[in-house]
Amino acid sequence: MHELSGKRAIVLGERDGVPGPAIAACIKTAGALPIFVETECFV
Amino acid sequence: MQAPAPLGPVPGSRWPPSRKKQGVTGAAVHFCSLVLAHAPDLVRYGSKPSRAAEEFDALRRRLRGYEEAVAYGPNQVFIGNLRPEELWDVARPWWKTPVSNPRPLGPFGVIIPQDELYQRMAQADRFQLFQLGASTPGRQDAVLYRDGSPAGVMRAAHDEDQSLSSAVLLENLTAKATGVLALERLLAGAGLSPSSLDFVIGCGEEAVGDRYQRGGGNLGKAIAEQASCGKASGTDVKDFCAGPMQALMMAGSLVSAGVFGRVAVVAGGSLAKLGMKYAGAMKSGAPILEDCLAGFAILVAREAEGTARIRLDAVGRHKIGSGSGQQAVLRDLVEAPLATLGMKMRDIAKYGTELHDPEVTEPAGGGNVPDRNYRMLAAMAALRGEIGREEINQFVRHRGMPGFSPTQGHVASAVPWIPHALGRLKSQEISATLLMAKGSLFLGRMTELADGLSLLLERC
Repeated sequence: MHELSGKRAIVLGERDGVPGPAIAACIKTAGALPIFVETECFV
Repeated sequence: MQAPAPLGPVPGSRWPPSRKKQGVTGAAVHFCSLVLAHAPDLVRYGSKPSRAAEEFDALRRRLRGYEEAVAYGPNQVFIGNLRPEELWDVARPWWKTPVSNPRPLGPFGVIIPQDELYQRMAQADRFQLFQLGASTPGRQDAVLYRDGSPAGVMRAAHDEDQSLSSAVLLENLTAKATGVLALERLLAGAGLSPSSLDFVIGCGEEAVGDRYQRGGGNLGKAIAEQASCGKASGTDVKDFCAGPMQALMMAGSLVSAGVFGRVAVVAGGSLAKLGMKYAGAMKSGAPILEDCLAGFAILVAREAEGTARIRLDAVGRHKIGSGSGQQAVLRDLVEAPLATLGMKMRDIAKYGTELHDPEVTEPAGGGNVPDRNYRMLAAMAALRGEIGREEINQFVRHRGMPGFSPTQGHVASAVPWIPHALGRLKSQEISATLLMAKGSLFLGRMTELADGLSLLLERC
């Protein structure tokens, strides 16, 4: 079982890196639950 | 009861016109001006410094003088006295390696000192709120400084309406004044009278309005008025950092469709972004490099020899349903328009992306944003099999450029490359360039989406 499985996650993404929704989509497939997803803009 | 007549073309009418040829070609970029206004005494009113008053004494000691700002390599690139690639060969940090024989005037740009900016702001102020020489600020007013000493007052326009506070009006007036400077330089550089413009599209990131319509806007028309463009009207286009590319697309579309003959895209500087990364500068011992307000103006008209055609038949747009990952973004902004034109990524000699100066972002932990964007482009080229993975660095070096825009935001997003690109297209050094911009819509908390738009310019 993946180490993220069953875990809750706070996701901070970067517009010119990996945006928050993309990270959230990935970790969901590993069984994690994103409870806060945000993307910022290198500020 | 008789059914109503169906809507649609009247039999025998020639409407709608054929979609094949309508409005997809015929518009070109003729000229682009870039301006910088050195504004060290306005850094205190940048959003970040204004919230750290206790650090301002230390911050003041890191402010540059005008000559130092003019001699800064990226600023010389900005106004056209250096090519962007020349920065590859200048030892970092660039702020320690001033350009020899720097000039405040360039082929398509100018760097003005703060005193001239203040004069221009006074001229642009129609409501006598920007008062140089005044010495009695009210509770709602902001003090104007010159070399750290009080020099005037920016009045609020209303006691309670936050949209008309002194801070907001100062931000909007600096955007207006620097936008006017850019538009005047554009007209002079293109040899046009102000009355020859038909329409002006503003695309800055300020919000002009009052409490009942906070973002009512149309600073574009206000800028055109101040520049004496009496036969023009205007509007604003808003898309965060991607605003200029959107405005350029719309300007091209208006010209191509024959609605207007000459359209200018214009924006002034963002006061809110001055000193944004001051903490990184203070930690690293660098001066405050975000001390200049940048503005630009782009002239779009019918294509002619020596101008840069906007390929309106191959606009790249980041679609709502595409997803937010970088691959999806590049698919929409790069792959799709190139596929439409039957081109490969290697057919584009130079790409213009986010061009913020890395000397601002690296000390603050933000990395090198242009480099990151060019590496993602190179990675896409490698994924497509157009280059080998071992050629990624070479792709970045040859088809990219170092960042040189003094602040992030709408100005940095591909715009500073445009006048350089126009020169190289005209001289046939390159045959095409792809401009890419991304807008951080999520910052307004109305959507989690970003936006993106790309435009291909080619030699006419």
